[in-house]
Amino acid sequence: MHALTDALVITKRQLLQLARVPEVLIFSTIQPVMFVLLFRYVFGGSIETGQPGGYVQLLMPGIFVQTTAFTLAATASGLAEDMQKGLIDRFRSLPIARSALVFGRTLGDGLLNILVLAVMGLAGYLVGWRPTSGILKISLAFLFLLAFGYALSWVGIFAGLAARDARVVQNVSFLVTFPMTFLSNAFAPTTGMPKPLQYVAEWNPVSTMVAACRQLFGLENKFGATAGSFPSENPLTMSLIYMAIILVIFVPLSVRKYTNKVTK
Amino acid sequence: MKSIVAQDLLKTYNKGAIRALDRLSLDVEEGTVLGVLGPNGAGKTTTVRILATLLTPDSGSANVAGIDVIKHPDKVREIIGLSGQYAAVDETLTGWDNLVMFGRLYHLGKAASIKRAEELLERFSLTESARRPIKTYSGGMRRRLDLAASLIVKPKVLFLDEPTTGLDPRGRLEMWGVIEELVKDGVTLLLTTQYLDEADQLADDIAVIDHGKVIARGSSDQLKREVGGERLEVVVEQAHVAPTMAIVAKVSGTKASFDEGLRKISAPVTTGAGALIEVLRALDGAGIHPLDVALKRPSLDDVFMALTGHVAEVEEVPTGGKKKRKGGNR
Repeated sequence: MHALTDALVITKRQLLQLARVPEVLIFSTIQPVMFVLLFRYVFGGSIETGQPGGYVQLLMPGIFVQTTAFTLAATASGLAEDMQKGLIDRFRSLPIARSALVFGRTLGDGLLNILVLAVMGLAGYLVGWRPTSGILKISLAFLFLLAFGYALSWVGIFAGLAARDARVVQNVSFLVTFPMTFLSNAFAPTTGMPKPLQYVAEWNPVSTMVAACRQLFGLENKFGATAGSFPSENPLTMSLIYMAIILVIFVPLSVRKYTNKVTK
Repeated sequence: MKSIVAQDLLKTYNKGAIRALDRLSLDVEEGTVLGVLGPNGAGKTTTVRILATLLTPDSGSANVAGIDVIKHPDKVREIIGLSGQYAAVDETLTGWDNLVMFGRLYHLGKAASIKRAEELLERFSLTESARRPIKTYSGGMRRRLDLAASLIVKPKVLFLDEPTTGLDPRGRLEMWGVIEELVKDGVTLLLTTQYLDEADQLADDIAVIDHGKVIARGSSDQLKREVGGERLEVVVEQAHVAPTMAIVAKVSGTKASFDEGLRKISAPVTTGAGALIEVLRALDGAGIHPLDVALKRPSLDDVFMALTGHVAEVEEVPTGGKKKRKGGNR
């Protein structure tokens, strides 16, 4: 079947878009780098971590996770725009595998994430981030981040297909992902939050992802919430469970939505 | 042989509350052009979307080139081309990028995709702008590129959904030229339009649809005849209206109607130019000098009016962006 090659043509389209409008790529990497610098120098001085190497060690995993979560908005709005412009109709009138468009898109998002994570890693290194766990575990952490990003891009696909307007879905995605990344252990200890929020933060997939990455980068998770709870004790397992749940729900939903999509 | 056959297509929305298609049937002879004419919301786009496998009808059947569109949509997709109301191409990419991408998606292979893209760019006079992003193109250029994208595999059957909506007069004329060229090559074409002159210009056969049904079918001439033959129109000074009406009524054999604003007296006639001469003689004999006299064949507008009881609602659909909201300030 042509399913794979069709998907790759779609992925190539996404990369071509970036080549034709390089500003998009530049700004989508500047933003996370800006976050690295802001958090490192604005909050870094006032948050006591007890961590050798200081706040930046704890911060980087948080920002990595946040950035992969934010790409969801771009996926969603890109797809919603394709729908609005009638491009999805054209793709659907072609003799291509039904799954090609959505799979191709998630693949492209994955490639984009690799690039963004690399740029951020470099920026982190320049401001003092030094993971200590060795090349194998560090690579594993990045793979883990890419897997998380991949799972989330399916959420973006679904949101994009369900949306009526590209701008709306972009704003809505941001309204969801922004608090989600802050209601977590990504930037500050959860112990300072009101009790109910602590539970939210503790079970938040962003927290388990951040905690898992910290572990893989060779850190103790000093920002974790209640010791002894399942997600704080087993962040890697819990993150994998979350990813599986997301994929199991959103892959079939998105493919179905795409196949049945009836525009006005 | 029939290239397109649709039978009793029914499509409802909101659990039957809205009937987009109400048992619509139509067919198109191979190598001919059917113009599907109707106002906004008549069901034109829904029909095209079903025939192009984008939408499944609630009931009814449809064949394209002998293939069932509901049972074998994949096979239908290999032989059709679709160009929609909005230029469905990737605007950030160049014209060349777009056509090569679509070629790849038709599984032409890299070299063949590039070759075909270049042929089509040449054919639609887009070679010079091939390396520019689509967003720098004019409306007419976009439509031509969109059309080119639907011709990559030399489709047997082509669907064009309102190909000139939103184009300026020059863009429309260019597009008409391009479509006429295609028809010469023998493609079977189903074209929807809300412009009566467009159907008149391009289509061999016209299906007028309203409220999801075909309400009339025939060549442009047949439809015009169906609505009635020619009308005689005379404009005179106010003082001469009454005697003129009597003369016109006598010649046409029916009651003449009078448009006060234009002081225009008119009546249907069957004898064409003969009636015109007769009326002029009678007017001359009565010492009445008409300000204007005309023998008019009905336009498709008249056909539409006669068939649907309302004028064709021509609404400009912007090619991008949204309609501006009125009021609401302060």
